[in-house]
Amino acid sequence: MRPLTPDRPSALADHAADQLAFIRDTMVRAGRFTSVSGAGMIVSGVLGSTAAVLTPRTATPEQRLALWLGAAAVAIPLVLIAMARKARRSGQSLKTGPARTFALAFVPALVAGALLTAALVRASAWNLLPGAWLTCYGAAVVSGGAFSVRAVPIFGALLVAIGAAALFLPAATHIWLLGAGFGALHLLFGFFIARYHGG
Amino acid sequence: MAKVSSSAANRGVKTRASVAPALVPVLGGEPVSTALDKLIHDRVRLGIISALAVNDRLSFTELRELLALTDGNLSVHARKLEIGGYVQCQKGFDGRVPKSEYRLTTAGKRALERYLGHMEALIEATRGVR
Repeated sequence: MRPLTPDRPSALADHAADQLAFIRDTMVRAGRFTSVSGAGMIVSGVLGSTAAVLTPRTATPEQRLALWLGAAAVAIPLVLIAMARKARRSGQSLKTGPARTFALAFVPALVAGALLTAALVRASAWNLLPGAWLTCYGAAVVSGGAFSVRAVPIFGALLVAIGAAALFLPAATHIWLLGAGFGALHLLFGFFIARYHGG
Repeated sequence: MAKVSSSAANRGVKTRASVAPALVPVLGGEPVSTALDKLIHDRVRLGIISALAVNDRLSFTELRELLALTDGNLSVHARKLEIGGYVQCQKGFDGRVPKSEYRLTTAGKRALERYLGHMEALIEATRGVR
């Protein structure tokens, strides 16, 4: 450490600026959640793509709802397991620190999506479901992604964009948009995160 | 069952941080304190405090990975902060594995704020003579 002598004011200021930059950098790194699992996203993408392929075989809106909710019910625990394994590898906890912040940011939009789903099903507004799912899930990813690597909020923003399209485009396009959002986009970003962000 | 280890702050021990800073004039500027909080000025300890400032609590492993430290190095510096009353260590078990979690105390938060103010004041005071 350089001595704090008054005859070197510029050195003092440089040192102080250096310390402030170190604090800022540490805070940014400490607040970042890095256990978003690329492998988990790939598994989700496969399930999403499978659901999209199977959707034309369903006869009623209720069957389509059951198919997609079933895919989500399988994907969510698998994603959580993949995140837990990645977190364990990197020494991060899923109960404390950045993971907690990530979860607190991620969950509200998901809860809103679940409530909207219930309300839209009750109103038989089946055509609005794909847009509601994609925008709410995308909003959750954008919010949580603010505390993660840059690819995550970009992924969320693209989900919101696809969801917005689903809200306003004809129902015939919904299967493609669901496949793009819950299938292809998950596969694409899953491979990217697995390749460049530690699995 | 988890136990919280005692700290100097909890026992009311006077720490280095509580010593009043001396003021000296900087050429052409405002007087600036030279009595830096040495407990927090060290890079490793400053890193620990900064990381805990943006997290409710962090485990020993998380801190070690984040700051790229060895177990021994982190232990020594975390212990100094604990003795100084700036962090609180909660020891427990995750299954059968021992686990230590650290939190920033109110004294630690204040020390960081003071330190930030100190660094900003140094920059401000020397701006006119650069």
